[in-house]
Amino acid sequence: MTTVANGVNVQALLDAREVLKGAPEAAQFVWRASSKWQNGVHSTSTVKEFYGLGAEQTHRNEAVFDADHPEVFAAEDNGITPIEYLLVGLASCLTAGVASVAQNRGIQLRSVEATLEGKHDIRGILGVDADVRNGFTDIKVTFNIDADASKQDIEALVAQSQKRSAVFDALTNPTDVTVEVA
Amino acid sequence: MLERGEVANSWRRERWDSFRLLTPNWQSRLPGLHYEGPDPDGYMTMGEVTEFIERFAKLSRAPVRTGTNVTSVRRTDDGYHVTTSQGEIGCRAVVVASGACNRPAVPPLSEAVPPDVEQLTPFDYREPGQLPDGGVLVVGASATGVQLAAELRRSGRPVILSVGEHVRLPRIYRGRDVLWWMDASGVWDQRYDEVDDLTRARRLPSPQLVGTPERTTLDLNALTSLGVELVGRWAAVRDGRALFSGGLRNVFALADLKLERLLDAFDEWARTRGVDAELGPPERFAPTRVPSSARLQLDLRGGEIRTIVWATGFRPDYTWLDVPVVDEKGRLRHDGGVVDSPGLYALGLPVLRRRRSTFINGIEDDAREVIGHLARHVAVRRGS
Repeated sequence: MTTVANGVNVQALLDAREVLKGAPEAAQFVWRASSKWQNGVHSTSTVKEFYGLGAEQTHRNEAVFDADHPEVFAAEDNGITPIEYLLVGLASCLTAGVASVAQNRGIQLRSVEATLEGKHDIRGILGVDADVRNGFTDIKVTFNIDADASKQDIEALVAQSQKRSAVFDALTNPTDVTVEVA
Repeated sequence: MLERGEVANSWRRERWDSFRLLTPNWQSRLPGLHYEGPDPDGYMTMGEVTEFIERFAKLSRAPVRTGTNVTSVRRTDDGYHVTTSQGEIGCRAVVVASGACNRPAVPPLSEAVPPDVEQLTPFDYREPGQLPDGGVLVVGASATGVQLAAELRRSGRPVILSVGEHVRLPRIYRGRDVLWWMDASGVWDQRYDEVDDLTRARRLPSPQLVGTPERTTLDLNALTSLGVELVGRWAAVRDGRALFSGGLRNVFALADLKLERLLDAFDEWARTRGVDAELGPPERFAPTRVPSSARLQLDLRGGEIRTIVWATGFRPDYTWLDVPVVDEKGRLRHDGGVVDSPGLYALGLPVLRRRRSTFINGIEDDAREVIGHLARHVAVRRGS
């Protein structure tokens, strides 16, 4: 097999898969974020620590995300809207999947670009019509991939990346969510 | 040879009325017994399968003890102790040939289904007339799911089919049965130790096929044309509503791509074998049609759905096997039928030694190899 360099350490992932087969408890991760209200509909969220492999873990750097709403919502637009963060999560998750699967299948990538469109009927969140849901009506992701592979192989990469995507699953399947006051 | 009921018991009692084999008649071969009837390309009905296996029992003069249910197998110093409904047996070796489909697998979310919706498994189902009038939700798009969805739709009922990952196949490709291709091209000869992901190969759902005299294809496009409504994988029940996955397009894409790759491999095989002239021209099938707006939820209390049919697969039952050889997922730990306990063997499980193992015609080579191992085991013990 030719050596491909997509920068994904697939061997480490495959090794992890073998190890975790016999140690399901180590596979239990907890991802965390905390947020603070600033003013208006502007908030700042930070992400640094998480739990996994049986221990507390830390990102190399703390990441800070501002969320707000645009001026057409009569807000100050100090950051993207929360629902746009879902598109960011989906795009980056699927792209990571494409790179990993390509590496595993020996496909050299030259460029991977995705554009995302989430259709949203805001009558739901504004309470205009009780029959309109709050969330996305639908989401469309379009990949543009340049790689040493046939169109069919590229389509298979994209299909497989969805099959193994945490965010694709979180968006397409219901999740039990608890929100409480401490 | 111990049989809990009659010869061919599960074929007699655990199949619905219209059931036919997925394999064409000419592929139903057992050592010394081939189909010799007038319709080699047809598919056996349950009565015909039962007769075929009865004939083999007579022909092979297998010492079958019918009506003998095994309730326990325990290890002893020099073999196994078997307890049956007809008494105790001591033996040096045991071959587990009880199959992979002893119990319908029903997901835990079935417990959250409102009580006025009737729930059936393929073991309970016989024919559409036994269901109450009204809508049916069929869960699972393997051979069982697509066949029951089509039959129930044709009975006039509104049918919704919940579709997860599935295996799409045309019945006929380039003029030949698709299972002729599997056989001839060597796909079925792939050995268990050559398969990339054996765990996945062993739990693959059965392909979307049906054996009918018309030899028709029964993929999801055929079901859509019949008026069956497709929804995504059933993910949860919340407040009496079924919630389906929004990932339907992706399971379609996965199945369409796999089908295309399989057909490419068939064409390549035909070309290199130089048999193109004997076959029809290569074909490609239309992609699976995506419903314009697949429903993401369904109110189970509204009366739209009166019955749920769980076509969500089957599991083996090893509750009688008091030997620690079953893993945490309820699967037998074995290497090509040689079970992880000396003198214990298995036959008739999916991809036991090759992809062919799943089918009636797959037993012959498997049995020869497994019994070869068994004979050596018994001989060594006798010699010691």
